[in-house]
Amino acid sequence: MLPTELMQEGDHLMTVCNACRYCEGYCAVWQAMERRLVFKESDLNYLANLCHGCSECYYACQYAPPHEFDINPPKTLAKIRACTYEMYAWPGPLAKVFRKNGVLVSLLTAVVLISFLLAVGASIGSSMFAPVRSGDFYQITPHEVLTLTFAAVGLFSALALLIGFLRFWRNVGEQVSGIANPAALMKAAKEVLSLENLDNGGVGCTYPGEESSQSRRWFHHATFYGFLSCFVATTLGAIYYYVLGWHGPYGYTSLPVIFGTLGGIALLIGPIGLFALKQNRNREIEDERQYGMDVSFIVLLLLTSISGLLLLWLRESAAMGTLLVIHLGIVMSLFLTLPYGKFVHGIYRSAAVLKWALERSRPPEHDVEV
Amino acid sequence: MLSEMAMSEDSKSFDVLVIGGGNAGLAAALSAREKGASVLVLEAAPKHFRGGNSRHTRNLRCMHDAPTEVLTDAYSEDEFYNDILRVTGGQTNEQLARMTIRASATCTEWMKQQGVRFQHAMGGTLHLGRTNAFFLGGGKAMMNAYYASAQRAGVQIAYDAEVTDLEIVDGEFRSATTVIEGKPTRISAKALVAAAGGFESNLEWLKEAWGPAAENFLIRGTPYNMGKILKRLIELGAQSIGDPTQGHCVAIDARAPKFDGGIVTRLDCVSLGIVVNKNGERFYDEGEDFWPKRYAIWGRLVAQQPDQIGYCIIDSKAMGKFMPSVFPPAKAQTIRELAKAVNLPVDKVEETVKAYNDAVQPGSFNHAIMDDCKTSGLKPEKTHWALRIDQPPFYAYSLRPGITFTYLGVKVNERAEVQLTNGKKACNIFAAGEIMAGSILGKGYAAGFGVTIGTVFGRIAGTRAAMQALNRAETSNGKEGGSFHAAN
Repeated sequence: MLPTELMQEGDHLMTVCNACRYCEGYCAVWQAMERRLVFKESDLNYLANLCHGCSECYYACQYAPPHEFDINPPKTLAKIRACTYEMYAWPGPLAKVFRKNGVLVSLLTAVVLISFLLAVGASIGSSMFAPVRSGDFYQITPHEVLTLTFAAVGLFSALALLIGFLRFWRNVGEQVSGIANPAALMKAAKEVLSLENLDNGGVGCTYPGEESSQSRRWFHHATFYGFLSCFVATTLGAIYYYVLGWHGPYGYTSLPVIFGTLGGIALLIGPIGLFALKQNRNREIEDERQYGMDVSFIVLLLLTSISGLLLLWLRESAAMGTLLVIHLGIVMSLFLTLPYGKFVHGIYRSAAVLKWALERSRPPEHDVEV
Repeated sequence: MLSEMAMSEDSKSFDVLVIGGGNAGLAAALSAREKGASVLVLEAAPKHFRGGNSRHTRNLRCMHDAPTEVLTDAYSEDEFYNDILRVTGGQTNEQLARMTIRASATCTEWMKQQGVRFQHAMGGTLHLGRTNAFFLGGGKAMMNAYYASAQRAGVQIAYDAEVTDLEIVDGEFRSATTVIEGKPTRISAKALVAAAGGFESNLEWLKEAWGPAAENFLIRGTPYNMGKILKRLIELGAQSIGDPTQGHCVAIDARAPKFDGGIVTRLDCVSLGIVVNKNGERFYDEGEDFWPKRYAIWGRLVAQQPDQIGYCIIDSKAMGKFMPSVFPPAKAQTIRELAKAVNLPVDKVEETVKAYNDAVQPGSFNHAIMDDCKTSGLKPEKTHWALRIDQPPFYAYSLRPGITFTYLGVKVNERAEVQLTNGKKACNIFAAGEIMAGSILGKGYAAGFGVTIGTVFGRIAGTRAAMQALNRAETSNGKEGGSFHAAN
């Protein structure tokens, strides 16, 4: 349940916006709004996750503060969005992680790093600090240990994210069977993968300031596709190992290393850019309580790419052992916190975009003339 | 903002002074700057509320011969002019109207060059996509684009800068007195563009025109259109045009704020129910024509009722068939309770609803056409969409006259030059926007035509003012003239 005050704020927002509709040309939120006349909590939850937080509507709004109607769509929707993250989180008690997210994620990362270093130190002692022939990681951590731990954590996180998705999907009134709609899936995939809602007909969006720009979109692309490329690298590595029986370390021109390197570089550029934009953001449009969550995720991604690239660069040196443990610790922290941090925005945003694609294939709920 | 140098002095000189920072004012400022003039815009509002009534607009009406990116089909000069002729009942100036219409064809392209963005012609659920081009994000977004463009071009802008006096001698503008950052400042300029809007925010002036009834009017737009420049120009010899009671007056939700409620306070349910006055009596045919064609007469109708208030009563059948207002309606299970809830005479309202229900004839309801649902033997009749009000819960919305803009203005010619009462034209005073719209619109209104007039006359006024200022600069001792030769 949304807190009563936030529910009222959301209701006020939608009442004013739906009577105005000047923003209908901007993004999916406004077109989805126009299909409705009343706004239940589930509608607010859906629209809040459909909002990409670009704030074009805020600058265009004649009712934005100091007008007495006090309309601030990006901020109100961000606040609702934060509540939905807790609402859909599984297992329930971990929802509290979303509060004080920055502190908790940092703490967890520190704990994981220290325990990794201690565990490896205890098992192989000072050979952790010795150069390893041809950079063979498995002399530091045995392959089975690595695979088992990461598979377990990865599967748990995937399950938590899946349950979160299903909770969202049910909450906004959709059926699981409804997903089997190839046309809507294609449409949604295109919008998600291109971040069409941040495009605004080619000029980009008003973030971080009032001037429209494509920078957020491109930095997000770098982050997203960088992350994806690293994920592909890992998957390829697994295929090489298990299916093809090729044991690492793989050469600089091998596919896992190419994907990992390109992904790592993109994952450097993207998060640094997003972080810089965030520092210059217009604070009027943001729910400042989410700053810790946003930044801790950006920093974790950045640490992942930095440590990964360093590891590749220095894999034949004496630093390899320590770097490997640090990199693995960071990736472990990232995996552990995926369902309880900023990463979930990707799940719910994509789900909301898919719902919007499905809605467009249905007749409107009302036929009120504008 | 003004440069520091300008701030530090108590008087400052510009080629062109623009009073008013709405669509017309910025169009004038940008056009004058394009010609190379130094330009200052004085905006009475603080930055957040800049843009006058333009911040509440949404589109402009444009003539076009073929579909464009932002307009469908075609809208010819003759069709456009006939629309203006019809809505004004002939109270227009054909020469000025046709000139404006022809000039409207280039407006969207020029506005795009200033960074204004438009919705795609097919986007949204807009009926007006053929005749009107819609700003992406509405009028405030348009104004934001203009201001950003003005800043890039080097137009100086002062906010919170209300003009308190004008110095005009023998039809020639000399200077304006304003307050910039709390400091009285005299601005002299070689030409003036008056684009300060009408007088609709000035309740005292409205009362002069409408009588005490105006006390109960709500002002849909900016509180800054006090008409001070209009009044001063008329006092100093400008020829006035238009009837002070004419303008745009619609029935809006009575709970709307006194000023600046804008679009969201509109109520679209009149044609789906009945409207009674404070005595519980009906007073006009609620189903006379499609609502978009009738909503602008209801302000006037309500203004003529006692205490300038009306109540629209509908039943549950109507709910969900109109754009929701920003305020929730009163709701009750019986007409008696509903009347009580909105402080109407209970017996009379019940009698009115019963008489109406008894008079409703059978028909097949269709809100999209002029259907055959009507009353018979009622005074006044409801001629379309008349359904019995019999399915609880019942709802009531209160209505008040909402003034959008006024038409009393200064008379201009097609070069936007202000005409004087002595039959001459002012030599360096131009006017654009609402302050001169009465030169074209005697009464009535066609959606989006105000922005068209503002853009067309703003561009003309700015260009002419710059030419006037720069030509004079060339002949006047060469003081500042040199730097403008190239631009001219």
